[in-house]
This record gives sequence, C-alpha cells and structure tokens, in this order.
Amino acid sequence: MKHTISVIVENKPGVLQRVSGLFSRRGFNIESLAVGTAENPDISRMTIVVEGDEQTLEQITKQLYKQIDVLKVFDLPAEEAVERELALIKVHANEKTRTEITQIVDIFKAKIVDVAEDSLIIEISAEKDRVDNAQKLLEKFGIQELVRTGKIALQRGGKE
Amino acid sequence: MEMTGAEALIESLKKEGVEHIFGYPGGAVLPIYDVLFKEKAIKHILTRHEQGAAHAADGYARTTGKVGVCMATSGPGATNLTTGIATAYMDSVPIVAITGQVATPLIGRDSFQEADVTGITQPITKHNYLVKSAEDIPRVVKEAFHIAGTGRPGPVVIDIAKDAQINKLKFKYPEKLDLPGYKPTIKGHPRQIKAAAKMISIAKKPLIYAGGGAIASGATKELREFAEKLEIPVTTTMMGLGSFPADHELALHMLGMHGTAYANYAVQECDLLIAVGARFDDRVTGHLPSFAPKAKHIHIDIDPAEIGKNVRIDVPIVGDAKQTLKDLIAKIEPEKGKHVSWLKQIQEWKNKYPLTYKKNNQLKPQYVVEMIDQVTKGKAIICTEVGQNQMWAAQYYKFTRPRTWVSSGGLGTMGYGFPAAIGAQIGNPDAIVFDIAGDGSIQMNIQELATAVNNKLPIKIAVLNNCYLGMVRQWQELLYEKRYSATDLCNNPDLVKIAEAYGAAALRITKPEEVKPALEKALKIADRPVLLDFVVHKEENVFPFVPPGQAINQMLID
Repeated sequence: MKHTISVIVENKPGVLQRVSGLFSRRGFNIESLAVGTAENPDISRMTIVVEGDEQTLEQITKQLYKQIDVLKVFDLPAEEAVERELALIKVHANEKTRTEITQIVDIFKAKIVDVAEDSLIIEISAEKDRVDNAQKLLEKFGIQELVRTGKIALQRGGKE
Repeated sequence: MEMTGAEALIESLKKEGVEHIFGYPGGAVLPIYDVLFKEKAIKHILTRHEQGAAHAADGYARTTGKVGVCMATSGPGATNLTTGIATAYMDSVPIVAITGQVATPLIGRDSFQEADVTGITQPITKHNYLVKSAEDIPRVVKEAFHIAGTGRPGPVVIDIAKDAQINKLKFKYPEKLDLPGYKPTIKGHPRQIKAAAKMISIAKKPLIYAGGGAIASGATKELREFAEKLEIPVTTTMMGLGSFPADHELALHMLGMHGTAYANYAVQECDLLIAVGARFDDRVTGHLPSFAPKAKHIHIDIDPAEIGKNVRIDVPIVGDAKQTLKDLIAKIEPEKGKHVSWLKQIQEWKNKYPLTYKKNNQLKPQYVVEMIDQVTKGKAIICTEVGQNQMWAAQYYKFTRPRTWVSSGGLGTMGYGFPAAIGAQIGNPDAIVFDIAGDGSIQMNIQELATAVNNKLPIKIAVLNNCYLGMVRQWQELLYEKRYSATDLCNNPDLVKIAEAYGAAALRITKPEEVKPALEKALKIADRPVLLDFVVHKEENVFPFVPPGQAINQMLID
C-alpha cells in the first residue's frame, strides 16, 4: 500500500542525506520525495510517498523520529489531505496538432508556458492521477522531455 | 574570553568533565594537539592505531558509564575510527569521536587526507556534525555529549575543519540546549504500565529477558527487586550479562545461539516474556516465527523504534528501564509461591541440561575461563574479542555486577577486546581487567601492547590459543563438512616473544595444572600487561549451539 508522509525537519546541512540514507539502508521503498522550505525559514517540509504495510510505515515513522533533525512525522491519508504534483511536459506540436493539444490543456486546467515552432511546454499542477492521465493523453503527440516534482501534500483544515 | 577554536574545544570538553582522550595526531588536528600539549586537566592516551583509540573510548564508556572520547586526524585517521564507531553504535555505547577535517576552502576538492567523514559515519552514529566555524564549537560539544549520553546512548562524531580550530571566537559555554527534535521518553505511559502489571499478574509462566538497556540505564537493583518480588526467572542477552547476578537462584544466564539450554527451553515454554532493554536480535531469537511461541510480549525500551521491529509486542512501554521497573514494582502486589510449578520445571531443566564440557587431561578453554572466574572471585572486568573466546567467556565467567562485561555484541568486532581493556583499565585503575582473546583476534590490534606498556596498565590478556579462527572453524566442521577453508592459523607467530618484545610480561601454559598458578602469578604483576598464551585443545566447540535459522530449542548440546 502507498502512504504519503509529511516530515518536518530542521533546515540543517545534510538533513536530506540523513533522511534518504535512512530509507535506503533500512530497505524502505521511496516512490517520490519532494522537499522545500516551509512556513518558517528554519524548517523544511518533506513529502515522501512510500510503499509498505502498516508495520513498515510504523518503522519508517519511528526511524525518522530518531533523527535529531526531524521534528515531526505524520501520515497523510488521501481523504484528509490536499495533494498536488507539478509536471512540465515538452510535447511535439505542429500546426495540425496544436489545437487538439490546447483542448487537452484546457480540460486539465493546465497551462502552455512556452511555445516554439515544433513544440510546446505544458505546465500541469494536479493530483497525481490527473497528471498521469494528462501525460498519457499527450504521449501520442510525442513527449520530448518531461519533469515531475513528486507529490507534495498538506493536511486539510486546522494546523496539525 | 577570546580564544582559538582548538582552545574552545578543550575548554568545552573540560566543561563536560572529560579527563581522558584516546587518540592519534595528524595534520588536521595539529592545533588541538598543540593545546593538549600544555593541558593538565585532560590526559591524552596515545594509541598505536586510531581503531584502538575508538575501542578504548568505548571500553572506558562501558565500564565507567561516562561518555568516552577519542580523536583522530582527517581522512585515514577518521576512517580508521569507523569500525570502533560502528561497534559503539550497534551496542549503544556513548562515545564522542572528534576528527580533524581539511580547512573549509579545501573541502570538496579531494584535498590531501580529505574524506567525507559526516557522510561516511552517518549510518553508524546517533548524530554527527561538520563544524566549519569556530563559534559553533561550544554549542556542538554540548549537544554532542548530551545526545551521546542520554536516551538510548550512542556515538556522536564531531568533524572540525582545520580553520575552525585556528580561528578565534568569544568563548562562552552554553547553559541551555536547543534540540527541539530530541526528547527521549524516560517515564513510561501510566496506561501501558497498568496494562503490563495486569498481564504480569495473570501470567503463569513469566520470564524476564534483560538486555544491555538494563545496564545502560543502571537498572540492576530494580531488575533484581522486580524479579525477586514477583518470583520471575531472568535470562539475559550477551549484552545484558552482569545486569542480574549469575549466582542468583532465579538466574537462567544467557539465551540464544550459544545460550544455556535451560534459558532457551524457558523462552519456548513461557506464557509471558518481559523484555527489558533488549532488541530481539537474530542471535537471540533464532528462527523468528518460532521464538517464544506461547508467550505474550511486554517490551520495555527507551527507543520506540525497537518496539515491534522484529517481534509483535502486546504491551509496549517506551521508557527508561530503571524508571519503568520502579513504576511496575509499585503497581504489582506479589503473591508468594505463585510460580512454584514453573520454577520447579526450570530447576529440572537446570539439573538436566547444565552448562558443561567434556573434561579430560587436555587443556580446555572453558576450564581457563572457569579458573579466571575463580581467581578473580567473579569481580574482574572481562573484555573479550569475538568468536569462541567470547562465547566461552560469556558462558563460564559468573558475572554478578553490571559494567564488568565488555564485548562487541552487535557488530561482532574482532580486535575489539584488547583496546577496550585499555579504556577499561584507564577508567578503572584499581580493577582487575582481563581481555579474553583468541589467537586470531588478538593479532588484529596487537600493536596496542605498546599503549598498555607505556601507560603501565596491568591488563591480563588470556589468549585461548587453538591455532584456528575457532568459531568459523566450528561452523565449517558442523555445517560445511569440515572443509577448513582459510581458518588454520598454524603459522601463528610466537605470542610470548611478541609480548616480551613490546615490554610486556608473558607466560605460556600448556597443561591444566599450570593454569591457576599462572593466573595467580599474572595477578601479582601490577606495572605492565601480561600475555598468557593458553595452548588449548584445538578442536573444542562452543555448545550449546543453535544452528542458524533454527528455533532456539533446536540446540546441539554437545
């Protein structure tokens, strides 16, 4: 089963290495890891998507807490969280296909952020499944390059 | 007060009460050694290899309960410490390892003697620091000692860039710590204590399984009180030797792969297993799904991550072992004679399957350990190497006090025992300190004879010399049809001559009747180490032996 966990860490050198190293040496599988500063510049928030059963999730949580620089760890069930992933997709486009691509962009509430003679860069921010779908629909035009941030998430409602 | 980073480091160490540093100098720690040159309050002990310094700091910490300190230069100095750091990490020993680093402008340029020490030691430390600025030194030292010595203890590395050692700062030792992410739970949750008390009160065949945590938290007195009050037998892990007196009628001694038959039978038969500061290591549990199959589990541990890691726990209690046992004792009313039939069953196993070996006119290693126990009246500090020597020492020495057993349990580091004995003797100048060694292990850090001789340390090194890497040979005999691949050490050097060349005393013992007089003679030598070369029966095996992957009651007894 996939779990999304949010890890609040002190913004100290080596903290990303500590967390990612922990996952590899304990044999936990990371699907994605996104990291950036949080509401306070002294802390960072990591959103990690991991694969594992309840017991594995418990171990991951406890092992993360053992790191001195880790302040808080919590599981974010999908129904209690707002989840987003950002993708930039450079897709092959010509006069014939441009209209169709624009329609797909509209449906997914995505944006065209760069236009060249034979390509477009599309920016999409959505839940992971929607990004997957958009990517799939764009594949037939020929995806030249692609980058995804990995999932980020925040708990709905009041502050954790 | 303005001073250099190196001076601030030494001042900070003094504030932490450090009296000894085990170390080895080099280019990137020259400013620190220059301060040590005139320092009176801290004694530096020069080992002959950085690995020896790390193990000595570890042996010092295990036997005194204080944080041990070792130091080395950058690059190879630091990497040589790593085996010692990993050893301390696996056995939860509080040490602070200080390493020099190349100057900040040189970091990342593959400079001379540069190594990424925080990167290398990250998986084998409780925490580590790379200090690039002199102003950070007092705070980092304070944090390092706090982290190493509290909660579940462990090693902390402080890697200090050379320019941070030279630059000036205004020294002020911080009074307060600011570690929002580090708050170990000392007191167990009352609800959990209550649940555990209830489970204990209805158990018919309870068993206590005590580990190194019982010693680290100083819970020996509470453990004994708990066991006696509730009439519960106690088995200890190898790391827990000394937490419960071996001569006590409730003592079942060590469990696991080379544990006593009666301890292992009791584990498999008990209906409640109370783990106190132990971590269900594979050398204890054997085949995990078959471990203690009839038992409910209570697990007391200060490290939440240990709970449920290997075994499903019915009542977890996160807390300090000493505090939790105190709270539990207060919660339970004893009933006299409640476990009579269970204790009778255990006594029958004890009578039927005692720890024993075949006695004949050969010099047996077990006999040597028994005699060491006898001449030291069970009161020595026993350090060991790793392998058969370690297991015989664990089985045949009767530990009655905590912090007298010093052995690499988790990592299983050959070459650990002798340098650890140096640390133990420095920390306990009046104690009798033994290193029970094998002929393989002793050669892994034999250079430390120079350290022991120079510091006039009267350590007794008892080499159980069977001209083999004995434990590996035993596995080859029992599991690989006697194909003794690379375990024959028949061309060992003359250990007596080696010891004498270093300036140590040395004796060779080949007959059982020579053992006791030799030990008595060794005990009289007070101004230098003594190496006792016991030429023992070559193919003696350690029994009981649970073959790997088997349930712990599937033992080979002899």
